[in-house]
Amino acid sequence: MTYIAKPKFHHPGLKKNDLGYTHRDYEGKISTLCAGCGHDSITASIIEACYELSIEPHRVAKISGIGCSSKTPDYFLGNSHGFNSVHGRMPSVLTGANLANRDLIYLGVSGDGDSASIGFGQFAHSIRRGVNMTYIVENNGVYGLTKGQFSATADRGSKSKKGVTNTDNAIDLVAIALQLGATFVARSFSGDKTQLVPLIAAAIRHKGASFIDVISPCIAFNNHAGSTKSFDYVREHNDAVNRLDVLVGRDPIAVDYAPGTVQLVEQHDGSKIALRKIDADYDPHDRLGAQTFLAKHAAKGQIVTGLLYVDPEAEDLHEHLNTVETPLNTLEADTLCPGSTVLDKINASLR
Amino acid sequence: MSDKKPISSVNDFVVRFANVNGSGSASANEMFARAILRHGVPVSPRNIFPSNIQGLPTWYEVRVTEDGHLGARGGVDMMVAMNPQTWDKDVAGIEPGGYLFYDSTKPMPSTKFRDDITVIGVPLTAITNSTYTDPRQRQLFKNIIYLGALSALLDMDPKLIEQLISEQYKGKEKLLSSNVHALHLGRDWALQNLKCPIGLRVKKSDRVGDRIFIEGNSAAALGAVYGGATVCAWYPITPSSSVAEAFTAHCKRYRHDAKTGKAKYAIVQGEDELASIGIVIGASWNGARAFTATSGPGISLMTEFIGLSYFAEIPAVIMNIQRAGPSTGMPTRTQQCDIIACAYASHGDTKHVLLFPEDPAEAFEFAAAAFDLAERLQTTIFLMLDLDIGMNHRLCRPLKWDDAKQYDRGKVMTEEMLEEGRDFGRYLDVDGDGIPYRTYPGTHPTKGSYFTRGTSRDRYARYSEEGSVYADNMQRLVRKFETAQDLVPRPLQANAERPTKYGVIYFGSTSPAMDEAIGLLEERGHQLDRLRIRAFPFHSSVASFLAEHDFVYVVEQNRDGQLRSLIVNENGIDPVRLIPILHYDGTPITARFIAKAIGDHQDHLKVTPLRKAVS
Repeated sequence: MTYIAKPKFHHPGLKKNDLGYTHRDYEGKISTLCAGCGHDSITASIIEACYELSIEPHRVAKISGIGCSSKTPDYFLGNSHGFNSVHGRMPSVLTGANLANRDLIYLGVSGDGDSASIGFGQFAHSIRRGVNMTYIVENNGVYGLTKGQFSATADRGSKSKKGVTNTDNAIDLVAIALQLGATFVARSFSGDKTQLVPLIAAAIRHKGASFIDVISPCIAFNNHAGSTKSFDYVREHNDAVNRLDVLVGRDPIAVDYAPGTVQLVEQHDGSKIALRKIDADYDPHDRLGAQTFLAKHAAKGQIVTGLLYVDPEAEDLHEHLNTVETPLNTLEADTLCPGSTVLDKINASLR
Repeated sequence: MSDKKPISSVNDFVVRFANVNGSGSASANEMFARAILRHGVPVSPRNIFPSNIQGLPTWYEVRVTEDGHLGARGGVDMMVAMNPQTWDKDVAGIEPGGYLFYDSTKPMPSTKFRDDITVIGVPLTAITNSTYTDPRQRQLFKNIIYLGALSALLDMDPKLIEQLISEQYKGKEKLLSSNVHALHLGRDWALQNLKCPIGLRVKKSDRVGDRIFIEGNSAAALGAVYGGATVCAWYPITPSSSVAEAFTAHCKRYRHDAKTGKAKYAIVQGEDELASIGIVIGASWNGARAFTATSGPGISLMTEFIGLSYFAEIPAVIMNIQRAGPSTGMPTRTQQCDIIACAYASHGDTKHVLLFPEDPAEAFEFAAAAFDLAERLQTTIFLMLDLDIGMNHRLCRPLKWDDAKQYDRGKVMTEEMLEEGRDFGRYLDVDGDGIPYRTYPGTHPTKGSYFTRGTSRDRYARYSEEGSVYADNMQRLVRKFETAQDLVPRPLQANAERPTKYGVIYFGSTSPAMDEAIGLLEERGHQLDRLRIRAFPFHSSVASFLAEHDFVYVVEQNRDGQLRSLIVNENGIDPVRLIPILHYDGTPITARFIAKAIGDHQDHLKVTPLRKAVS
């Protein structure tokens, strides 16, 4: 979104990951969002997570809808194909893309207007279908690009910058995702990179529908007193149930944890998540328990963050459809077309 | 009893069955049509049905036509009146001298009949009840019993019907023999109690040839299989649902890996039409051949995405099985009413490619071609069917496929081409045809990636709101649309025997009625050259045809003359020279309607038919 070319110089001493890529190889264009925007922190966390996981940048497809959040895929993974589609329709475009080529990593970036209002249906149905994706909502409770209207995730009773009180009930996307069967559900805060980066990494490694709701304050329109999505409010009310480390190809024994404080979760691809418990009773394998926990804490005005639910043995849409391992977009007439002999038989059966 | 001579006709009449939907009559009625085909006599059947599951009236009309006129004829020579609900209207609809076949178990007052028709009563309920005890059997076999009685009345060969039954119930011996038994129950009763045959008769002929009998929706779905579609996303809507259902059935049969049993396709029933087209666009963006099937209301919902497909240049195939609009309109009635909605779908300046198949054979051919066109032109291709083609069995030439054919995947820059250092500009017109190169996601680690967006951008896909950059791109899209003119199926012209200043333009399902109408108009002394339009954008031959004729009739099945508007708009033609002939009551257009409308107009234009002038 800018004419300013970013310098391509790499410091020779820049650290490289297992594939030999530097941090810079995961960056995109310069952000055009407001200085201090929570979304830019999420962009930085995505870059960090992809670097840490040693993903080939061009093997990621970044898909978004419309809004401030949906502009961000231009600001990371500059060598990936991006698709800034239609307002609220990222989930369907991503689903189609995923069906065409199951070998890429699909990163869906959306906002609260995009996913909780105009695209609420598409959000719900992509989760229901178990599309293998990482679905990130950059949730600021407000329409930024159109200057400050409430979104559907704005809490009832919260105040807009102009002083209007919101009288509508809020949609909690995490609660909905849990109810609809998402197999990886997390919430985090754009101001807490140490929590967010491993959550994104674990979500990318998860096979199935991964959903992360990231509270991301809007510096321009929703960072005032009376807002429940401001930096101050979220910091004060953040109730993290756990923090995690994603271990890929590393021996978990080598990581030093105090006994009894860590729960290891092995994902489908062999990667491990080390969950450092903050709330000792919280069980991220208990979907119903998570729903109750969330509801209770929401009633107290607390924002529960962390890895809230994971099913390490989840199936995805391709398994449901029993599709071939070869990406469908590589199949040609020799395998797709039944040919003239079959057609003659079909003709004969129609006489 | 009749004061009008009963109609006498061999292999040229219309039988209409009036039934209640959900009564199981459809398969018996279809068997009647197929049985006549087996006599070597062409038929053209049509379902007339309500938007309902059970209890409302339905009709099935079979036009028996030795001459092969496959359009609807209009009028009914024999009514098989099985629905008390519609009795009065059904009886009133019979041509003078026609025949009424009914269940005479319960006596009817004479006021319920007409004296200018032949009434044929068969005690169907009585025969059924004395033979069967199970209520469901009674209902189903009653249909076969009337089929048996009709076979005697119309002088049909029972062996041919038995053959059909044996093909249908192959391997289900019990069902087979009970159906044959029911057939003969009806047939024998008619032979013993009625004067057989009546004036309407089926005589063996050889006019069917190697033609096949298939529904347009099934043929289009098969075209998608042959055309290499791997992703189908759809939302149920009449009359298009059977496209996706047929695609599913064809794929189950022909698209599973022989070794692993895995599917070489993915079908998703979307939550709505927006999701369906979104999935198609996502899949096509990522290099798979994808399509959706829908009808008018679905098109309305899809328009935002169609604009994205046009502007961001992403292939998509949309099969629109048109029904009568606007709004919910008449969901089970046919029209050609989405021409403008599809040609200019979405906000801003847009134009889309439309294909107009005339029958299932072309629906197959054009459906397969639509995927080549979509990838070649990187835009949405509409396959414009309608309910009349889509949901009725139509006799048509056999489907053909050339095994040497490879798919045209369009301009795709590969990893090798990028490695060679080819300049990649996603919206760069390198060949002067308006068509740029695209790359699939994941092609190359450092080259060829771009950001797809519905916002304005320059030739290298970089965001820009510069007026000149925007206009440059919009002009290229016009060039691309001009390129499309020569890629889409060309119009087909058929000239009258003698040179004439009058022409007629028509398209799609109007075709068989138009062909027949030409004969009727010739009988009235009117000569017309014909042009069947098969696609939009219009080929240059459309403009030539308009230039060669003083007046051109445009025959279409909508109220507003939508194709005519499109022709006027795109060719800058004086509208006075294009005379609309419009049929839009939801029934299929007939030759009688066209011939009368055009004939009256010709008379009004004070054209003296040649025959009168010389006599």
